[in-house]
Amino acid sequence: MEAARVIARINSNNNFSGNYWHLELESAAIARRAMAGQFINIKVNDNSIPLLRRPLSIHSVSSSKIRLIYEAIGPGTQGLAKRKPGEFLDVIGPLGNGFNLSKTSSKNSLNILVAGGMGVAPLVFLAERLKLSQPLVLIGAKSKNCLLCIKEFKSLGSGVELATDDGSLGFKGKVTDLLKRLLSTIDHRPSTIFACGPKAMLKAISLIAAENKIKAQLSLEEHMACGIGACLGCTVQTRLGFKRVCHDGPIFLSEELIW
Amino acid sequence: MVKRRQPDSSVKIGRLRLNNPVMVASGTFGYAEEFKNFTDLEKLGAIVTKTITVKPRAGNPAPRTCETPAGMLNSIGLENPGIANFIQDKINFLKKLGVPIIVSIASENSPDEFLELAEILDDLKEVSAIELNISCPNLHKDKLISQDAQSTFELVKEVRRLTRKCLITKLSPNVTSISEIAKASEEAGSDAVSLINTLGGMSIDVNKRAPKLGSWVGGLSGPAIRPIAVRMVWEVYNKIKIPIIGMGGIMDTQSALEFFIAGATAISVGTANFINPGISSEIIEGLKKYMVDNKIKSLGEITGILKI
Repeated sequence: MEAARVIARINSNNNFSGNYWHLELESAAIARRAMAGQFINIKVNDNSIPLLRRPLSIHSVSSSKIRLIYEAIGPGTQGLAKRKPGEFLDVIGPLGNGFNLSKTSSKNSLNILVAGGMGVAPLVFLAERLKLSQPLVLIGAKSKNCLLCIKEFKSLGSGVELATDDGSLGFKGKVTDLLKRLLSTIDHRPSTIFACGPKAMLKAISLIAAENKIKAQLSLEEHMACGIGACLGCTVQTRLGFKRVCHDGPIFLSEELIW
Repeated sequence: MVKRRQPDSSVKIGRLRLNNPVMVASGTFGYAEEFKNFTDLEKLGAIVTKTITVKPRAGNPAPRTCETPAGMLNSIGLENPGIANFIQDKINFLKKLGVPIIVSIASENSPDEFLELAEILDDLKEVSAIELNISCPNLHKDKLISQDAQSTFELVKEVRRLTRKCLITKLSPNVTSISEIAKASEEAGSDAVSLINTLGGMSIDVNKRAPKLGSWVGGLSGPAIRPIAVRMVWEVYNKIKIPIIGMGGIMDTQSALEFFIAGATAISVGTANFINPGISSEIIEGLKKYMVDNKIKSLGEITGILKI
């Protein structure tokens, strides 16, 4: 699917909890083409502050609307939080490869989604697309307040299990330990693990997937300058050579990656 | 009614004629195919490729980029597929565009690699010019070729002997006197000089007390470096006769014009391609409008026209 540069109207931009924001943009061109796991690259302001675009995973789409969630923590996302409904943003997308859903359609296959922190962002879109197979979703975060999108997953019919580092809600510990425990208790092997979150979490999932002989599709994050495969700023080492996270990814099979 | 004539924005770099003076800088435009959805590639004045080395290069460890005030640092480390794969996989797309292709080359270990690359490229009719990247700051060398006038002279002279193609030397701003290096390139037979490459820089994560880039240091680009680049173009313009290709933080038509007025014959758009992949076409149109509005028949009229 070809990406385009569009000037998209902001429908809404709301602070829903802590530093977390919901942004909805109007762009039929991007919404129509978007696949789960892809991202858009946003110019936050018209000036050089900040200079570069900010890549955000597509959280969900409907007809002509693109929804995103972000945490306002740096100059880019804090600038984005200041933008008002009715204003316009210069956006490029949809970018990247997206999750491969070719082997997930069977009703009997169990798909597990693992999100760490903001990693929920693309996985809600994925859960929507996996609706028939009703995936099981594991969400991990530092504490209760940082667990996002629980209701959204549940309303899509997904089972949701939670983990917090401080034990304020759900399993006390890492979401990857929760995943290990889960895999030891279920009878039939899941067909795929889909994961998005911090690098350490993705690395742990790679190991778990290999031990349990399960395919895993991981959504990687790297610093990007261009987002369209030109600058080679976001390359990662894979068994097939260097790959660009923005263009060849952000979704990679865990077995391809060299940690 | 007299029909208004389109302004002639063509320029000459040595024996190479460009339809317009807007090129895209090496390393910021991949091999052009990455930009096909976002801009009219056929309209560009010239395309300068990502730098090619003899052998494939993996490049430097991540993170390779980091944003800075009005700029960015990069330390890609010349990741490229090597000359053989470039010719096999990349050149076909480029040649179909009908735009002059300038191949940027660099050596990894010995300057002889420049000669090897120049000999190969000299045989390729789809290549219009060769740019010698003797100024990449990300190779972890103690001294770059472009940081020494004598080494610059010797290298350019040897490459000149091997090719009749338009030869461009890309200079580093990380020197005491850039005009000395520009003069050495001119004397050795370079058809033009490109300036400036990135400025050596560093950025630190204060919480980790560690460099933000995986290879610690990198090259600074973007609007933050534009005043330095403009000053260097002006300084060099007053010392040499060969054309200058000006670059460094060009973001729009206004900033491109600064370079012409300072002494550039052509300009290259770099970091701005990352932010607006269609910016080069916009600048081409902007320059035409400026020429019409100011009744300029040829861009040469404003090259080096600075009033002081």
